[in-house]
Order: sequence, then C-alpha cells, then structure tokens
Amino acid sequence: MNTALEATGLVKRYGRHATAALDDCSFRLPEGRISALVGPNGAGKSTLLAIAAGLLRQTSGQLRVLGAGPGEARARVGYLSQDKPLHPQLSVADTLRLGAELNPDRWDAAYAAGIVEQGSLDPRTKVRALSGGQRTRVALAIALGKRPELMLLDEPMADLDPLARHELMGTLMADAAEHGTTVLMSSHIVAELADACDHLLLLGGGRIRLGGGIDDLIGAHSLVTGRGDLSKHTVVESRASGRGVTALIRRDGPVGEGWQVQEPSLEELLLAHLRSPEAPALITPSTASTADRTAVTA
Amino acid sequence: MGEQERVIEFRIDRHSGVSTYLQIVHQTEQALRLGMLEPGDKLPTAREVVEATAINPNTVLKAYRELERSGLVEARRGLGTFVRRSLGSAPADSPLKAELDDWARRAREAGLDRGDVAALFGNALEEHFGTASGTASSTASGTTTRKTTSTTTSTTKGNA
Repeated sequence: MNTALEATGLVKRYGRHATAALDDCSFRLPEGRISALVGPNGAGKSTLLAIAAGLLRQTSGQLRVLGAGPGEARARVGYLSQDKPLHPQLSVADTLRLGAELNPDRWDAAYAAGIVEQGSLDPRTKVRALSGGQRTRVALAIALGKRPELMLLDEPMADLDPLARHELMGTLMADAAEHGTTVLMSSHIVAELADACDHLLLLGGGRIRLGGGIDDLIGAHSLVTGRGDLSKHTVVESRASGRGVTALIRRDGPVGEGWQVQEPSLEELLLAHLRSPEAPALITPSTASTADRTAVTA
Repeated sequence: MGEQERVIEFRIDRHSGVSTYLQIVHQTEQALRLGMLEPGDKLPTAREVVEATAINPNTVLKAYRELERSGLVEARRGLGTFVRRSLGSAPADSPLKAELDDWARRAREAGLDRGDVAALFGNALEEHFGTASGTASSTASGTTTRKTTSTTTSTTKGNA
C-alpha cells in the first residue's frame, strides 16, 4: 500500500525553551484512508497539519508527504484551516477564479463550481456576506477544485450548524468516494468522525497514542465488567462498578471466565485513552512508520 | 446524463447500536421484502449514498458486498449495483400484511405496549423460523455484541 504521509521522529518546538508541540512523533498514513486526527487541545494537531501542508517547518525529524518533502508536494495537497482565510471583498465567482489562477496546472473549474452550486450560493455574493457554513463551502470548493491527492482539514466544521456540517461532510465523503482522496481531518466531534472515518490518529503529548484502522483499534480492546484478575492484559482505564470493576482493556489472549465482555464504541475508546494519558501507545503495523516497524510490538 | 430517480434512500441512525453497514443491509432487505425494490432496480452509487449521509464510502461498499454475497444484488462493472432477486413474498399489499396490521391493532387495544408486542412477535419468529432468522442478523451477533437499549433491535439480536 502506498503512503500518503509518513512522520519519523518529528519534533516541533515554538521557541528554544518551549515544550515541544510535537515530540518524537512517528506514524504512517496509508493512501486512500479517511483518518481522524484527535487529541486534547494543545496536543499538536494543528502543528502536524500545518507542517504537512508546507506552512510550518519542523524543528527536527522528517515528514514525507506523498513521497516528497512537505513544501514540494504542495500542488497535490489541499489544506483547509480553522479560520478559512478568504478575501472578504471578492465575490464567490472571483474567489473561484482566484483558485483557478493559483492552481494553473490542476484546477477543475466545473468541479469547484459544482460544489459551490450544491449550496445554492449566488456566485455574485461577496465573501463577507456569506454565513459560516457558506464560507466553509467556498473554501472547501477551492481546496477540492485543485483535485488534491491528500486533503488536510483542521477542525473544518467547528463553527458550523449541524445541517451545514452534515452537508459539507457529505461533499467531502463524495470526493473521497469518487477520487480516492486521502483525508486527514482534526475534530473534537467524535460522533461525526465515527461515521466518516475509517482510520484514527490520536495525538497526546506530541506523539501518537493510538494509530490504525478504527475497526482494528476497536477490535484490539474490550470493555469488561466483573471481578477477577486482569493483570495479563493492558488495562487502559478501570472503574469500580458495585463489587467489581468496569475496565477498558487491550486484550492479551482471551478474557477469563466471569467477565462480561463488550466491544467498546469509538467514543468509549477515545475517552478512556484521553482520561489515561499514561496508557501505553498502540500503533497497528500498517500505521507504524517504516523506521519504527521493527520496534512495534502490537 | 439525465437525473435517475433513486429508488431507495438510506437513513442512518447513529444511536441504534446497529453498525452502519448493517443498517444499509437491513434497509435494502426490508425494501426487497416490501416490494419497494425489484429485480433490475439500481442501488444508489457509493458516491450518492455518502453525499447524502456523510458516512465513509467503505461502509457502503461493505454493505453492498454483503448483499452481493447473499445473492440479492450484483455489481456490474462500470454500471453500478443492481437488484438480482426479490426477498420473500410479502409485498406491501399482501393479505398477510393486512392480517399483521390487524393483529398489531388488536394487540394495542388489548393494552400491550411496544416492548410486549416485539417480544411476542420475536418469540413467534423464533418458534417458526429458528433463532437465526434474519440473513444478516447472524453477522450482527458475530463476536461481541454492541450495547443496545432499543427494544426493536433486541428481537433480532435475542440469540446473542
């Protein structure tokens, strides 16, 4: 499988004495995945996306984007930042023309215009008169109009109402279905990610804490209730539950008799790991960076 | 190309406890049972489904593969996915449906609530069709079951 993004020992420090935003971060994102990038505020999500987009330079370590250095692949990468900087004085039509001028080799005018039309926007409207959802739609049209192979989105839907969010996520998924675009998208809205994404990168303390296909990661964990010994498994989180405990574990072999076993939801898996920052990392083999693959035990 | 009329639109319920791909499988089967979909009908493309539902494209493909495995649909290269055969023989206007409607009305008049009726119906299903009645429900209870609080889903998952 080809690699869309591969980080090896990536470090980013803002200022010489600051704590590192990314601290020896290593992972691999295979092509064609739709990946969620999740983590607490300050975990390094925006930093990672900005480096991948070629807008920030790392302090040390390496990041390969579509097999090239971050800046070199810029033409094949789409990036949508949280603040969606568009020119407020330009009309929607002028903004699309700007997209065409800035991406002379790759611009698909009909496709970009189609995305704008789905939102029933009048092309003559000035950007400053658009609602948040409409503005995001125009920004998404510009980003997708260059037909990126890798689409990076930094909390794109944070300020949108549920309907606009649903429609724009639909537009993004349709693009992935039609063109096989790799998507890496940061968000705090787990329910939305659970449906749209098939892959997960959980960042914490500047490193990957969970990385892999969502089905594989969920399948490696169990939510167990009962009494007895769990010491041969990795206990991510454990809570008293009457006379016994309820625990989210990473299984090592079968769970013993007397435990009620359930499959955790993505939300349960994420919350347990967010509440237990000291739990060991799990990166599935397909998601481990080439350099680290020998060192990965899972 | 002219806009083709879509014969089925999927509704994804995020809180049902049933995985998304199985919801697509179940809704297609249901449409086949009720005669809303017939042999030769084209299912919406993965692109159309994800555009309307904002779910992952692979989820749709997984559901379509499952339907293909059970022989209900076939993928024709470059054309799309088409219904191959119908399911059951209980179209929406069959006498059996009318009888069931009548029975449900009487159950309600007799003071039974939704849960009571679901339990009775589930029991009758198991008695006459065995435990693994639904074609896809056996996959639903494959390894570990997801938590489910809804009474309607518990009838098909009662064998877990």
